[in-house]
Amino acid sequence: MTTAATKNVERKPATAVSVAPGSAATERSGGPGAPVASRALRPTSREVDAFAPVTGREEEWRYTPLARLGGLLDGVAADGSAEVTVSEREGVTTSRVPMSDPLVGSVLTPADRLSAVAMASSADALVVRIAAEAVVAEPVEIDVRTSAGTSYGHLVLDVGAHARATVVLDHTGGGVRGSNTEIRVGDGARVTVVDVHEQDRDAVHAEAQAASVGRDAVLRHVVVTLGGDLIRITPTVTYAGPGGDAELAGLFLTGAGQHHEHQLFVDHEPPQCRSRVLYKGALQGVGAHAVWVGDVRIGARAEGTDTYELNRNLVLTDGARADSVPNLEIETGEVTGAGHASATGRFDDEQLFYCMARGIPETAARRLVVRGFFADVLSRVDDEPLRDRLLARVDDLLEAPTPADAA
Amino acid sequence: MSTLEIKDLQVAVEDKEILRGISLTVKAGETHAIMGPNGSGKSTLAYAVAGHPKYTVTGGSVTLDGEDVLSMSVDERARAGVFLAMQYPVEVPGVSVANFLRSAATQIRGEAPKLLPWNRELKAAMAELQMDPAFSGRSVNEGFSGGEKKRHEILQLELLKPKIAILDETDSGLDVDALKVVSEGVNRVRAGGETGTLLITHYTRILRYIEPDFVHVLVDGKVVEEGGPELAQVLEDGGYERFRPAAATS
Ligand SMILES: Nc1ncnc2c1ncn2[C@@H]1O[C@H](COP(=O)(O)OP(=O)(O)OP(=O)(O)O)[C@@H](O)[C@H]1O
Ligand SMILES: [Mg+2]
Repeated sequence: MTTAATKNVERKPATAVSVAPGSAATERSGGPGAPVASRALRPTSREVDAFAPVTGREEEWRYTPLARLGGLLDGVAADGSAEVTVSEREGVTTSRVPMSDPLVGSVLTPADRLSAVAMASSADALVVRIAAEAVVAEPVEIDVRTSAGTSYGHLVLDVGAHARATVVLDHTGGGVRGSNTEIRVGDGARVTVVDVHEQDRDAVHAEAQAASVGRDAVLRHVVVTLGGDLIRITPTVTYAGPGGDAELAGLFLTGAGQHHEHQLFVDHEPPQCRSRVLYKGALQGVGAHAVWVGDVRIGARAEGTDTYELNRNLVLTDGARADSVPNLEIETGEVTGAGHASATGRFDDEQLFYCMARGIPETAARRLVVRGFFADVLSRVDDEPLRDRLLARVDDLLEAPTPADAA
Repeated sequence: MSTLEIKDLQVAVEDKEILRGISLTVKAGETHAIMGPNGSGKSTLAYAVAGHPKYTVTGGSVTLDGEDVLSMSVDERARAGVFLAMQYPVEVPGVSVANFLRSAATQIRGEAPKLLPWNRELKAAMAELQMDPAFSGRSVNEGFSGGEKKRHEILQLELLKPKIAILDETDSGLDVDALKVVSEGVNRVRAGGETGTLLITHYTRILRYIEPDFVHVLVDGKVVEEGGPELAQVLEDGGYERFRPAAATS
């Protein structure tokens, strides 16, 4: 727990639990790692060439298996497509605008080369607008189904002042995709965004997300990453005024050979804003690799900030690896609360024994324990049918690991 | 009428021999107190019968109505009718007591109990154990006090009605009032006559509320003396000193 301290840059050494086949869990701390540099100093630009070619040594790329990105970093041309459908709801309008539209880039300016490539390569942008003061009862479903080949996409979610809505972004299909998602939460609005990744097991998706939380607005953001070969999501939150509240939750279930990476950045610039980050992952199978990086910055003006971030990972089998790196930068002494924690541990066999000693068979007992582990994240998904669907999917994946998991 | 038969049971933990030949027969309706000093192997006996993977059976046998318990998995033993109330019940974050109990009851009874009667049954059982109904919404054992954990174990005992109940130091950590409440729970199950009880305890205190039919004294992995309830009185007065060989503890 870090509290009130002026100009305090705290960097936890990267911790990783990696479990070699047949060996016990070992917890180790990384070396000194990259030099401490403020996350705010990272360049942002719409120009691809503003970013040096990626070598893999960069802080933001050092965990990513670049060779598996399907050429996204090199700006491989689009030869695939995505079928995008948006459910019709009262108070919600959908349109396509050219990339030159002032809405595009109003919240998100690429912070890495891949995001810049995706922006430069997108033909147009999909704008989903929720009218000011609209109260949308049913979730707005945005289905993105990708075909084979490479595709790029750009989405702007524009939530008007005092509107209330839940938006579900559902990603399915195959191929390689680079995309940017901008979320503008108007003053006083309350919006839940659930970003689900259930792509085919050979799919690649790198998605940059940026959200701007308006004055006294509330953003509940839930990422659920289950599919793909490589999924890399980089949600960023900024605040457009005081009183904003952002809750970022995430759930990932990383199977054999999968790479799931979530790099978050919450930038507290205005005063009196709140942020909560809660990401939980379970890993199973040989070569399962999950990366979580959570950067939180409290700027010099951000008095009264209240922030806490937590990542917990559960390593279910041998041969899986989780990296977890929380970073907290504090530039003001007047914070209400600031803390972070990260823990990666093995599945607790005592919990398994306890459940089994009550007659519950091993598979069901594991499912019960992992469901319990994910419970506080899934409770953020207030749409019940969606939550049930996600739970069922998690159950399936826990029960029937892909053939590669058995390897 | 069920019978648990433990014959010459030898158990090791991490290659260290803990139980050195225990024989014990528990029949439905009977209550056997297993008493012994710290480290004598009481929990080891309980865990070995329940099938905890850390405890390796190196010799002997355990049967329930003739069925080989040792060849069963942990959950099979439970479904066969073995219940272990743990000395240190495990926390299962995010899993509600209600969900946990119903999952367990579904397995033990062979079908999911009908919702309405189940809710009534659960509510009544909790009331008898003086548990706040709010407990059913809380995560299993998470943040429970020592006494609450023990009540929760006995709640499970009452709901699951096993053939053999092994209660490992259910009395420890309970104040007198809680001890009475918990003992009444155990006695309700005993009164059913269908359950054989193995009451593991360090102290004689609980035996005032739950009267055993037999007392076995365990020291250093062996039963050193057996008798009726009067043996508990001997222990109450003299402690374990007289059973302890000069150089018994390692
Ligand atoms: N998991 C374990 N790893 C190593 N040693 C163990 C383990 N479990 C038990 N032992 C050892 O076995 C011996 C018997 O322990 P056990 O827990 O069965 O005693 P107990 O009679 O239940 O004691 P207590 O009254 O303290 O509960 C002790 O020496 C203990 O240290
Ligand atoms: Mg013990």
